[in-house]
Amino acid sequence: MSAGVVSKTVRGFTEALAQTLMSEDSAHELGLLQSLDPRVKLVGLLAMVVAAALSRKLMVMGALFGMGIVLALVSRLSLVSLAKRVWLVAFGFTFMIAAPALFLTPGTVAYRLPLGGIAITAQGLRTALLLIVRVETAVTLSTLLVLTTPWMHLLKALRTLLVPVEVIMLLAMTHRYVVLLSETANAMFESRQSRMVGQLNGHEQRRMMVNTGGVLLSKTLDLGNQVFMAMQARGFRGEVRLLHEFRLRARDYLAISGFAVTVAVAVVAGR
Amino acid sequence: MHIPDGYLSPSTCAVMYAASSPCWWTALRRTRRKLFGRTLPLLSLFAAFSFVTMMFNLPLPGGTTGHAVGVGIAAVVLGPWASLLAISLALTIQALFFGDGGITTLGANCFNMAIAGSFAAWGIYKLVSWGAAAESRRRVVAAALAGYGAINLSALLAAIEFGIQPILFHDASGTPLYAPYPLRIAIPAMMAGHLTIAGAAEALMSAGLFSYLRRNDPALLGIPSSTTLERRKAASGLWGALAAVMLLTPLGILASGAAWGEWAPKDFADVAGRAQIAAASRSAAPVAAPNGLARMANLWTAPMPDYAPHFVKSAAFGYLLSAMFGVGLILAVAWLAQRVMQPTIKRRET
Repeated sequence: MSAGVVSKTVRGFTEALAQTLMSEDSAHELGLLQSLDPRVKLVGLLAMVVAAALSRKLMVMGALFGMGIVLALVSRLSLVSLAKRVWLVAFGFTFMIAAPALFLTPGTVAYRLPLGGIAITAQGLRTALLLIVRVETAVTLSTLLVLTTPWMHLLKALRTLLVPVEVIMLLAMTHRYVVLLSETANAMFESRQSRMVGQLNGHEQRRMMVNTGGVLLSKTLDLGNQVFMAMQARGFRGEVRLLHEFRLRARDYLAISGFAVTVAVAVVAGR
Repeated sequence: MHIPDGYLSPSTCAVMYAASSPCWWTALRRTRRKLFGRTLPLLSLFAAFSFVTMMFNLPLPGGTTGHAVGVGIAAVVLGPWASLLAISLALTIQALFFGDGGITTLGANCFNMAIAGSFAAWGIYKLVSWGAAAESRRRVVAAALAGYGAINLSALLAAIEFGIQPILFHDASGTPLYAPYPLRIAIPAMMAGHLTIAGAAEALMSAGLFSYLRRNDPALLGIPSSTTLERRKAASGLWGALAAVMLLTPLGILASGAAWGEWAPKDFADVAGRAQIAAASRSAAPVAAPNGLARMANLWTAPMPDYAPHFVKSAAFGYLLSAMFGVGLILAVAWLAQRVMQPTIKRRET
């Protein structure tokens, strides 16, 4: 189906753009995580992701996942959209990868399937569960960070992790143009879709997609020149300055303590 | 191939961050000088472009669709260092903002796709397109192979990282704690999809975009046109001829006597020398060196008299050495003159 490929691509762009808008909206809600200093949130939630990765116990990972849900609730995030956008997607992907491990992991037989007598091993079951719960926990915690922090604040907070200032500037520009180029590509595909009747064969479809990519690349390079001239016109002399308006308040110190205790307990209990 | 959080152990993630860091640092250092010129927006925009092209559904032969990473065309256009930065930026945005690929595994993902991918793509492209003219079909094939090779190397690295997890990280009962499959399963499972679908998508995108750029913005690819190649060939012919002539310099030893008009005062002093002068000039030689010649001859003493430094015993080798020294000196002076005069020429042109 010629329209299928274009529709699929347009749908992908629309979803990505909707996601961008949703993140910006939820980052401005009046919730707990939104009220914290982005640096505290970044380091705290990342430390929780690392604690989940270090943990060898399902209970500890489950507890961290539970904390993620509580944090989402007090940050006024919709659990339904979190389930649809994050949990189901991560589960579907990880289950596909983890399922064969039920049968392929060597170990003691825990259950034998009635059909064909294929055995599920205890080790296979545990490794599949570990993988799924760990991935769900990590994805939930990192999504919390993105959904409760405006992108520019998140980038500035990366300075705490010693990310060079040039990289932060590059990331900020890249993000801006990801949105712009996504919109441009979306418009190109939509206009193509509206002009298309009948069906294209495989070769024609490929040519159309690659040519669209080529036109987009041309536009990208033109834009690059324009952006550079605009930067120069505004006095860009090669120095990058970030405005540091972050200030730690009492609640941030409380949050630091909370994250520190949680991570320490999770690391010790998860061994 | 974007490894999510939870599939790799924290120590593997740390090692991959450690492996990526010097590459990022070197790439930043190498591009820093250019970073505050046009390269800054170009890098960001290329990263954004790579991100957007990853969302293209490419229809592939056989009815399936695939996604390209864009590392092939990025390496060809930007070179390996800037490409690794651009693709790393795209992967970081994907991981941080869209949850595609993990944050703890970002080092591994960047190493596999941005770093190893960029160098593989660039190396393959350079190797296959070596000496090919701008219009040559071989360049398109080189771009396709660059994309195909890069994506498959990235997949292989990811498969190895997955495959070593159960060997290194398992509990007492033998339960794998992270990615559960050993190398013998992880490598074929990963490569099956990449050698076919993902590899084809990357090859298609690289070749297609390369052809597009070659038609519309060939300067960006920085490839020599056939005229330049012919010039280079002609120049290489000249260099060959120069080397041959240098090798033939010892032939000068075969000539007997002194060249006409190149006599030294001592040639007038001995009988044999005077006889040679008389034969070459078809008239009688003066009884002594003319006064002017005798007075001026010692004004300058050459460091290599008679084309042989005093410490060289073999005359043939001395000739060869003198030829090399002389040619080297001329080239050095020409290069220096070009360096001095170039700014003036450029100013005039503008």
